[in-house]
Amino acid sequence: MNSWSHIKTIAKREMTGYFSSPVAYVFIVIFLLLAGFFTFMASPFFDRGQASLQDFFVWHPWLFLFLVPAVGMRLWSEEYRMGTLELLLTMPITTWQAIVGKFLASWLFLGLGLVLTVPLWITVNYLGTPDNGTIFCGYVGSFLMAGAYLAIATMTSAMSRNQVVSFIVAVVLCLFLILCGFPPVTNLLVRWASPGFVDFVTSFSVMTHFQNAQRGVIDSRNLLYFVSVIGFSLFTTGVIIRSQRAG
Amino acid sequence: MISVKNLTKAFGPKLAVNDVSFTVQKGEVLGFLGPNGAGKSTTMRMITGFTPPTSGSVTIGGHDIGDAPIPAKRLLGYLPESAPSYADMTVTSFLNFIAELRGLSGAARKQAVDRVIDMCFLGSVVHQSVDTLSKGYKHRVCFAQSIIHDPEVLIMDEPTDGLDPNQKHEIRQLIKRMGETKAIVFSTHILEEVEAVCSRAIIIDRGRIVANGTPAELKSRSENAGVVHVRIAGDVSGGIAGKLGGLPLANKVAPLANTAGKSAFRITPKGSAANGDLAASVFDLARRENWKIEELHTDEGRLDEVFRNITLSETSK
Repeated sequence: MNSWSHIKTIAKREMTGYFSSPVAYVFIVIFLLLAGFFTFMASPFFDRGQASLQDFFVWHPWLFLFLVPAVGMRLWSEEYRMGTLELLLTMPITTWQAIVGKFLASWLFLGLGLVLTVPLWITVNYLGTPDNGTIFCGYVGSFLMAGAYLAIATMTSAMSRNQVVSFIVAVVLCLFLILCGFPPVTNLLVRWASPGFVDFVTSFSVMTHFQNAQRGVIDSRNLLYFVSVIGFSLFTTGVIIRSQRAG
Repeated sequence: MISVKNLTKAFGPKLAVNDVSFTVQKGEVLGFLGPNGAGKSTTMRMITGFTPPTSGSVTIGGHDIGDAPIPAKRLLGYLPESAPSYADMTVTSFLNFIAELRGLSGAARKQAVDRVIDMCFLGSVVHQSVDTLSKGYKHRVCFAQSIIHDPEVLIMDEPTDGLDPNQKHEIRQLIKRMGETKAIVFSTHILEEVEAVCSRAIIIDRGRIVANGTPAELKSRSENAGVVHVRIAGDVSGGIAGKLGGLPLANKVAPLANTAGKSAFRITPKGSAANGDLAASVFDLARRENWKIEELHTDEGRLDEVFRNITLSETSK
């Protein structure tokens, strides 16, 4: 109970931090613009003649690749740079509570960005009769994927006081998680590796797990994947912060 | 309240803090002195539990900071060296945030925030965001957060750094007042501050404690401690110096510049006693000889001299 209230306090501060700086507004506007552009202009959304948000979700792994690290890069880098880490971690809270609080605030913020795409959902419902269950799954999958990217960005943010370094390392790591399940890459792999190995590699990819969600299926394996990426990254964040403090 | 035992911190092969031990009781203000890079901040970071020590232990009010960090940190207020605070928050929201983390809520929180705003003279800037404040105000905001929960133990790293003389004075008075009921450790390299505020001072150099005592004790280690200055009016003859030199307590008599029929002398005592015995015997001699004394005083010694002697001789080793 007590630890939850600390997490809430930290999350609340982090959330107000987003909205008192231009970060929140820039992110939301850019996200909505790009999502709209890719869905309507860069995909056969209208030609498909089918009411679905497939053309919307298919871009998410790529959109998030740049936008989510941009949201997460400041989480710890900023604390190092301003020296507030010393303040925060000498409060009667654990490092865990701080990590989880900050992560949850940013994740909720990303969730808010997703919620603001509801007009797209209204559009397809106006144009036809989409499978709303599939769309819901798509949103859940997209939110989980954003969480996984964000946890990685949190981890890289704890590595450096320089936000640019955090951003680039996060993008590269997330790109890796995309590419190891991206068909052009896996097709290359198939030529010389055994199918078992290819399966093993693709199971590390967000693409594999997000594609299921896009089809309207989120099974326990997909859930486990996202949750373990988040858990692992946040745990590593704790380890990194610990070693940074030791100097 | 604070007990530091054999605290050591190594950064790679370099020992930043080397086997430091001391205790601070309630009602004590401990001044932490030392040249730049002596290990003051590292020691304070270890006391507050921010930096884990390489070896040694710190207990705050009976709680080990390594084994039971949460109860230990509850008793602590900490003002870090650069006085950091969240630049994007307003002063009130920042103080409310800290109060909330300190476990204050509702009316108690409001009261605590109002109290520190009052104590630190922040009333005129409460609705400004921290990054628009001048350095002195920023410093006081961070000072305010360190005392918001009225902690029993206060650790302050250069609390008067960057303040103007009036603010320095205010903060010193505040520390002195709080020192009556709390255990306070603060670092500084302003020596007058130590004399004005501390009940005890520790000088640390290259990670080691090189002196530990009350400001008066430290001062008495100065070369000038106990030296008597005397100025005599009227007839100036060479005999005075000889007679002064004949005093049983006097070690050496050096004439100072004589001006307009006045003679001044500097008398070094035997031993290093800073008490008034030598001055008293000078006075008795003057009465017997019918000298007119215009000035007579015993030097208490100077802290900066002691500081320089200790830290320079250590460095040259």
